[in-house]
Order: sequence, then structure tokens, then C-alpha cells
Amino acid sequence: MSICDKTAIVGIANTEFSKNSGRSELQLAAEATRDALADAGLKPSDVDGMTTFTMDNTDEIELARAVGIGDLRFYSRVPHGGGAATGLIHQAVMAVASGMAECIVCYRSLNGRSGHRYSSGVSGPLLTADAIHWGWYTPYGLMTPASWVAMYSQRYMHLTEQCQEAMFEIAHVQREYAAKNPAALFYEQPFTLDDYENAKRIVSPLKLLDCCLESDGGSAVIITTAERAKDLKHKPVAIKGVGQAAAANMESMTSFYRPEIAAIPSMDIAAREAYQQSGLTPDDIDAAVIYDAFTPIVLWQLESWGFCESYKAPQFVLDGALRSDGRLPTNTHGGQLSEAYIHGVNGIVEAAKLVRGSSVNQPAKHIENVLVTSGVGVPTGGALLGSL
Amino acid sequence: MTPEERQAFEEELYTFVGRPLHPEPKRSYDAVNEAMIRHWAEVMGDKNPAYTNAEWAASSRRGELIAPPAMMYAWNQEGYAVAAEGRPSDGLSDLVAYFDQHGFTGSLGTNVDQEFFAEAKIGDALFEDAIIEEISEQKVTARGRGYFLQTLAKFTNQSGELIGTQRFRVFKFIPPEAPPKAAASGASEELEVPTRIHAPRGQDNGWWWDACDEGKVLIQRCKNCQTLRHPPRPMCGECQSTDWDSVQSTLDGEIFSFVEMHYPKFPGYKYPLIVAVISLAEGTRIISNVVGIDSQDVKIGMKVKGKVEQVDEKTMLPQFYPVEA
Repeated sequence: MSICDKTAIVGIANTEFSKNSGRSELQLAAEATRDALADAGLKPSDVDGMTTFTMDNTDEIELARAVGIGDLRFYSRVPHGGGAATGLIHQAVMAVASGMAECIVCYRSLNGRSGHRYSSGVSGPLLTADAIHWGWYTPYGLMTPASWVAMYSQRYMHLTEQCQEAMFEIAHVQREYAAKNPAALFYEQPFTLDDYENAKRIVSPLKLLDCCLESDGGSAVIITTAERAKDLKHKPVAIKGVGQAAAANMESMTSFYRPEIAAIPSMDIAAREAYQQSGLTPDDIDAAVIYDAFTPIVLWQLESWGFCESYKAPQFVLDGALRSDGRLPTNTHGGQLSEAYIHGVNGIVEAAKLVRGSSVNQPAKHIENVLVTSGVGVPTGGALLGSL
Repeated sequence: MTPEERQAFEEELYTFVGRPLHPEPKRSYDAVNEAMIRHWAEVMGDKNPAYTNAEWAASSRRGELIAPPAMMYAWNQEGYAVAAEGRPSDGLSDLVAYFDQHGFTGSLGTNVDQEFFAEAKIGDALFEDAIIEEISEQKVTARGRGYFLQTLAKFTNQSGELIGTQRFRVFKFIPPEAPPKAAASGASEELEVPTRIHAPRGQDNGWWWDACDEGKVLIQRCKNCQTLRHPPRPMCGECQSTDWDSVQSTLDGEIFSFVEMHYPKFPGYKYPLIVAVISLAEGTRIISNVVGIDSQDVKIGMKVKGKVEQVDEKTMLPQFYPVEA
């Protein structure tokens, strides 16, 4: 497929240019975006994708929230300073031509004279929208991943039954898998309910064994065309669908301003996208690798991907669903709680092994399709892998 | 240490494992006796009559006094001379010197494990036979980088009966550099007390923190459509206007969710530390601390009232208190 004539630029805008804008880079980006949308005759809610430079100081989600853009299902960044300029078009064209998104804002703003001047070299502090964002939490002491996730968890526990028991089940099942995985940091080290309950408190309601490892390591996967894949060494693992999303009113880890916070709307959108692309339904998924920086986040993702109803994940888990002989064997490598924390990419490796049939804890049943997800609390995503 | 130096250091280091501390079992300086037992029991506050009450002990199932088991190692302990003259050279002091020569000058006794097999009675002589049992791989701890070493001492009496064993662990480490002294210009040598980590103040949020410094919590309001928004941002997401002003919050609120921070603890913060998402009466939310209440009494839905307070030398923050029902 060629991208020729598949996409077009429909709106353009600049702010004024000056030696001192008198306002933030976030505001400049917001004004340019607003005016480009007006030029196109589009509304903020029509936008579903964004792309910019890795060097840009304004987060996509900060800009989306400022302008009133809703759910995003595509975002990407291009490196190498000014070398990124038409890279934004490159990203946008691929996303729109392939159907991953429909309407993309390419943006860049900088106070390159009154703020950080490139002529000053690679020195000096940067006052970024992201740094300002964390400043709403650090003075109160809320500044660790466990603390942000605990805030959602407390709310989820308030709205569900048997959440604590389900958190233990998740940690315990995964440790059982890891105990049988020679590559896992917790190989041959199972734990008991007593160990779990008596472990150090990290941020209530989370205790030590609810939290993932911190580990050194690397993981990689290679992706090529289905055509080439057929001629290579192993059984191909097809990508059936893949979604990414940043739901409306998003902050990085601290989206505490939505009507309800005991849910992850970004993952709901990513799941919808991936199911649509693949034509699969939750019933078609045989096993999963679900991002597990902390035990409660596994529960919310089970709901996002439709394995159970909202606020019913604890019962689903307590029915033994995540075990090797359960409805959805999950994190069979031990996960990031008990194998290693390689930011979810060791999970992609495990998901591919499950499709190949070569997991160290390969379930007895036939595995056709496997879900693998990204970290939550931030803009997130997930992929459905299966046999070609 | 370069990797090569470290390898050479460790090669020699691990040759210490298994070495005896003394050329032959070291005999206690005194036989087990009532006077030393009485001193020990007094200092420890141990009132067990089996140690000090001869009359009681005579009628007990043992028929005589015994030494407190935990006192086992004391009989062979070097005396006050150590303070003045230093420890006599033995297997352990050679190892300690080896560590010291390579910069691992810090010492921290970490734990002692004792096991008891028989009782020491008045008149017994105790013999200590000790070795360097284990040296760990290099570890990085809060105290610094170093190695745990463990000695194993076996105590027997004059008939060769095993009284007990003691394992003693010491961490030998490179102590961190001393904090730099205040500038030579006669500046105060008092340590600066850490304060909370502040928000960087930029064009979109500086005004909010400036008002907080003056004791007010403001909520940004769109001048075009009157929508309130927090945290502040430069454009209204409803109508895309960049014109805004603000209203002052009454700080009447309700707890929407909360956490208690346990680990890690950060310098400059007071614990117990509760952080909550608070729904304000105006309709926006704010993240803040809940204070003046035991952590186990905090509940979702609880009414709270905030006031801006000075929480440390440099920081003004809203803090929320429970509202009495």
C-alpha cells in the first residue's frame, strides 16, 4: 500500500512571533492548536491524535486538556531537534492512512528567546509543563508511583468487595509462576498469606508484595511483515490488534479530577480499538500478560478488556481465573511483581512465547490469542497477539 | 577501585573465610562465678532467681545456680585494656585491618544469633573456639558500600561439652564523605533543615502559589464562560478562551480518596503523612494533606475544612482538618 493521496493538511496556524511572548510554551501551543482547528473548521473534540518533537516541553496530554481535546488514540514523538519537523507529517500520515487515527495535531512551540536559548548550549533548568504538573503533588508528599496508584486503589476498594483478597491472589499466583521460572528473580521463592500480610507497608493500602520489582535487564522483540514471518525460524506471532489511548482529562499518574477515579478510561479506549481491529472478543482471548506494577492495576485492566463487569474483577480473580487451569492464565512468567520489571517489554516476550507454546509455564489448554498490556495511570495501550 | 583492583582485593579477602580467631581455644579469664552473674543480672534487670538466689536454686530442679545463657560470650570477653591498648591481634583484627587499609573503615555491628545447648554452672571454665565463618558479596546499603562478615564462636566447658554458639555479623563499609563544611567566610555551621519539595513556579501556575504564600487558595475561572478549573492551565477547555480570573475557595471539602505514606520517608515531611483527593464545595478538586486525625479514622466521604498554614520554614500549604459531626 502507498500512502500517496491518502491524507491531507486541512488547517494551519501560527501565533505571533516575538523576542518575549510573555506566556508559557503550553499556552503558545494551545493557541496555535485552537487557531489551526478554527482554520480547518474543526472542533477540539474532532482531534484524536497528536505528534510533536521529543524536544518539545509540552506534554500531549497537558495540551489536550488545555484545549479541551477529548480522548486520544494516537500520539508519538520524533527525535533529533529540527530534524523532526517533517517527521511530524511522517507520523501523522502513517497513523491516518492506516486508520489508527483520523485527525492529528502536529505541534511545536518554544520560548526560544525569552526562555531556554539554544545558543546557551545544553545547560540551565527547564520550566516544563510536566515539572509544573508534579508541583501540585510534591509539596504534600505524594511523589512515588506507589502513592499515585494507592490513591486510585483506595477508591476502588471503597466501591468493590473482596479487593484485598484479590490483591493477594494476584501477587500469590504470579509468585507461584515465578517460583517455577528459572529466569525469574523470585525463582524457587514462594510466599505465604502470612508473609503477604506481615510485609512492610509502602503506601496504604499497598504493602510490599503488592509492588513490582526494581530490576536491571533488557528485552526486545522484532516485528516484520507477515509475508517474511512465514519464512523465518519460529511460528509467527501475529499482531491482531493494537490500541493506545489517552482519555480526556488525563494527567500523568495523577488523573484525580475525573468524575470517578476507580477506573482507567484510557485502557477502555485502547481495548475497544484493539478488539475492533482484530475482530476478536474477550471470549477469544485464552491467556494474558497484564501490566502489573502494582496488584490493583491488574483488576482494573481485566474490567477494561471486558473479562468481567466493572467493579467485579475481584470475584473474577478469586474464582481462580489467573491460574494455569483458569479462564485466563495471566502473567505466567511471574510478571513484573515476581519475574522482573523491564517496563512491560518482558511481558511482550512472554505473550509471544504463550502464542508459540513455549512459555516456561505454558498452560495445558490450547492458546490461540493472547492479550498484552502497557502500564496504566499514564496514557496506555494494549495489543492482541495470536497465531498467523 | 577499578574492577581489576576490586578483583584482587576480593581474592585475598575471601581467603580469610574459615580462618580461626585464636590459635587455640581461648579460656575464660575467670571461672563462672556468682559476683559477675549478679552484676550482669542487675544491669540487664533480670530478676530470675535461678541466677542469683542460691537458696532458691538449691531447692529448684537444677539444685544449683546457673549463669544466664545470654551471658555466655562475656566470660571470654577482653576487658577494659582494649580501650587503652587496643585489641590483641587475632584472626578478626587482621581482617578488620585489611578492610581498613582498603578504605572500608566504617564498622556497624548488625546482628547476633545465639544458640544454647547446655547450662554454665558456678566454677565452670568456658573455652571459646571461633572462626570467620562468612564474608558476603559486596553490598550497597544506606550506610555505604561494603561487606558483611560473620564470625562463629563455639563455647565449651572444661569437659568439652558444647554450651552454645554465637554468630556475630558486622558490616564493614566505606563511609560516605563528610558533608562539606560551610564556606570559610564564617558562615553558620548549622545544618540546613530540609523543607518540603516546592512546585516550580511558571507563567501558568506561579500566581496560584503566590496567593498560597499569602494564605489564600484560589480557583481559576474562565472569564468568558465562568467555568472553574484546577489545576490551573492557560486555556479554557470548554470555550477555548485564554481570559481568566479567580475566586477564593472557602476550603470546605469532602475526602474523595486518600493514602497514607509509609515508605520511603522523605526528609522535610512529617509522618504519619496522609494525602487526600478532596472535593471542594466549589466543585473542583484539590490534592492536600489531612491532619489532626489518626490515620485509621480517615474515611472516604468525611467532611473536612482547610486552612493555609506554614508547614515548615519555607512552605505555606493548605492543610485539611476533620469537621466535627
